[in-house]
Amino acid sequence: MTSDADALPPELEAPAGAGGAAALLTIPGAGLLRPTSQLGSRLAQMLLTALAASVITFTALYFAPGNPLAVITGGTPTSPRAAAQLRAEYYLNHSFPAQYWHWLSGVLSGHFGTSFLYHVSVGSLLSGRLPTTLLLVGMASVLIVGGGLTMGLLSAFAGRRSNVAINTLYAVSIATPTYVVAIVLITIFSLYLNWFPVFGSGTGLTGRLHHLVLPAVTLALGSGGALARVTRASVLEEASREHTITAVARGMTPAQVLRRHVVRNALLPVTTGAGLIVAALIGGDVIVEQAYGLNGLGSLLVLAIERKDYPVVLGVVIVIVAAFLLINALVDILYVLIDPRTRARGA
Amino acid sequence: MSRLFMGRLRELLRGWGPRLKIAGTIAVLLIAMALLAPLLAPHDPNLVDPLQPLAPSSSQHLLGTDQFGRDLLSRLLYGSRTALLGPLVVVVISTVTGAALGIAGAWHRGWVDALVGRLFDLAFSFPSMLLALLIVTVMSPGLLSAAIAISIAYVPWVGRLTRASALREVNEPYVEALRLQGFSTVRICTRHVFRNISGVILAQATMSFGFAMVDLAGISFLGLGVQEPTADWGTMINAGESSIVQGHPQEALYAGGALVLAAVTFIMIGDALSERFESSVDEGALRRLFEGSFRFGRRRQPQAVPADAAS
Repeated sequence: MTSDADALPPELEAPAGAGGAAALLTIPGAGLLRPTSQLGSRLAQMLLTALAASVITFTALYFAPGNPLAVITGGTPTSPRAAAQLRAEYYLNHSFPAQYWHWLSGVLSGHFGTSFLYHVSVGSLLSGRLPTTLLLVGMASVLIVGGGLTMGLLSAFAGRRSNVAINTLYAVSIATPTYVVAIVLITIFSLYLNWFPVFGSGTGLTGRLHHLVLPAVTLALGSGGALARVTRASVLEEASREHTITAVARGMTPAQVLRRHVVRNALLPVTTGAGLIVAALIGGDVIVEQAYGLNGLGSLLVLAIERKDYPVVLGVVIVIVAAFLLINALVDILYVLIDPRTRARGA
Repeated sequence: MSRLFMGRLRELLRGWGPRLKIAGTIAVLLIAMALLAPLLAPHDPNLVDPLQPLAPSSSQHLLGTDQFGRDLLSRLLYGSRTALLGPLVVVVISTVTGAALGIAGAWHRGWVDALVGRLFDLAFSFPSMLLALLIVTVMSPGLLSAAIAISIAYVPWVGRLTRASALREVNEPYVEALRLQGFSTVRICTRHVFRNISGVILAQATMSFGFAMVDLAGISFLGLGVQEPTADWGTMINAGESSIVQGHPQEALYAGGALVLAAVTFIMIGDALSERFESSVDEGALRRLFEGSFRFGRRRQPQAVPADAAS
C-alpha cells in the first residue's frame, strides 16, 4: 500500500467530493498491475475487499435500529408462536456470526436472502431491476466517453483562452447536481416541449431507450466535464514533453505525432479517469433513478432504506460494490494493454 | 489554529482576480443571508395557507407559494441555513480527522501508515454516495446523521491529499533539525508540518464545502436528510418535482438555482486556491506544435521547435 500511494502521479491527485465527479480522479492503487504474476494477487485483493465490504455492511445493518420482525409483519401484532416461526423462517433466531455465514454461503450459491417487505427472494428483486440500471449506466457511459474525449481534445487545441472557459464550465457542471439537471431537463423537454415522458421506465427495448434518454443525459452531464478536463490536461502535458518535441524535430507529420506520441501517452490517465467516472455512475444512478421515477437498483435501495428492508439493502450494496471493484480491475487490465512498458517491467 | 488560518487567508486574498472577487462577495452575501434570515424573510417559512397552494408570484408572495401555500422566498432564505450549516459540520469533521490520519501516516510510516492506507482503500471500494447512504441507514435520517455520513465518506480523500503533501514535508531537513533540537512530535506536526501544508488543506476544505452542499442536498432530495417541515433546498427540490408535472416548476427551479449558485461559489474559490499550490501545465503547447497544420489540409513542413516550447 505504501509504495502504491507513493507511485501515484501527482496530476491524478484531484480534490474530493462524494457525488462530485472531481472526486473520481484519485486512483486507489490503479495502474500498478504487473500482469500474470500480479493478476492473481489483484484478483485475491479484489475478493478480499469485497469480503471486507460485505462484513462491514452486514454488521452495520445488523446493529442498525429497528426490529426486523416488525418489518416482516408490517407492524401487525403477532402471536408469540407465529413470531417464533417467522424468526426461524428468516434465520433471525441464530447468533450474529451464524447469520452472516448463512448469508455468505447463500450468496456464493446465488441466493441473496429473502426480502422482509416483499417476502420474495432478494435475487429475483435484483434481477428484475438490473436491466434498467445497466441500460442507463451503459447509455451514460457512451455519452461521457464520447463527449468528454472530444471536448477535452478540442479544448486542448484552443490553448490558454479555453482554460478559463472550461474551468468555469467544469465548476458549474460538477456543482450542478444530477437532481437539479433532472428538474431542468424535465421542465424543458417533458413539460414544455413534450418530447420525452416525465416518469417511468417504459416497456420493450425502444420504449425503455426512449424513457432513458433524459436520465442518461442527466448522468452524463454531471461527469462528462471531469473527463474533458483530465483529457485536456494530459494531452497538453504530453504535448510539451521532450519526446513529442523530438518527434516533431524528426520530421513526423503532426497527425502522426498526435496519434503516436500525444494521444497514446495521454490515454493512460484518461483511461483511469474514464474508468473511475463510469464506476461512480453506479452510485450517482441512485439519485437519477429517484428523480425520474425509474424502477432500477437505485430506487429499490432508497425504498429499502426507508422501509428498513435490510436484506434488500445488503443485496443492492453488495451488487454495487462488486460492480465498482470489477470496473476498477478492468481499468487495470486496460492499462497493461495500452502501455506495454508495464508488461515489460513485469517480466 | 484560527489565527493561523486567518493569516493564511489574508495572504491568499492578496491578488485575487475578478472571478474570485465575485465568488467571494457571493459567499459573504450567502452567509449574511443565513444569519439574517429571520429579519429578511417576509413570512414564517412554515406558515401553511391552504387557500393559496402553488400561487404565482405576487406582491404578497414575491416568488409565489409551494403546494401547501408556504411562502417560497421565506423558505429559500431559511433554506440557506441548513445549506451552510451541514457543509460546515462536514468540513470540520472530515478535515480534522483526515488531516490527523494523513499526517500520522506520513510521520510514522510503517504499520500506522499501512493500517490507515488499508482503511482508506476499503472506504474507496464503496462509491461515496453509497457509503453515505449506508451510514444514514444505520443512524436514522436527519441533517446531523447525513452530515456525519458525508464526513466519513470524505475523510479518505482529505487523508490521501494530506498524506501526500505531508510526506514531502517530513523529509525536509528542517524537520530533522527540529527533532534533533528535542521538539516533540506533536509540536513539530501541528506547528510546522501542518502549518506548511495548511494552504493545500484550506483549498481542499473550501472545495469540500461546495461538494458537501451538493451531496447533503442530494441525501435530503432522497428523503433521507433534512426532514419536513424544515426549509431546505434539497427537500424543496424533492417536493417541487411533483409540482412540475402540474405545470408549476418554480419551487424546484428556485431551490435548484440557489443550490447551484452557492455550490459553484465555494468550489470556484477552492479551485482557485488549489491552483496556487499546483504546478501548471504549458497551456499553449499543443497549439504551438501544430500551429496552422490543420488549415485547408495543407501539410506544413516540420520546423525547428520554438524556443519557448522547449523551456
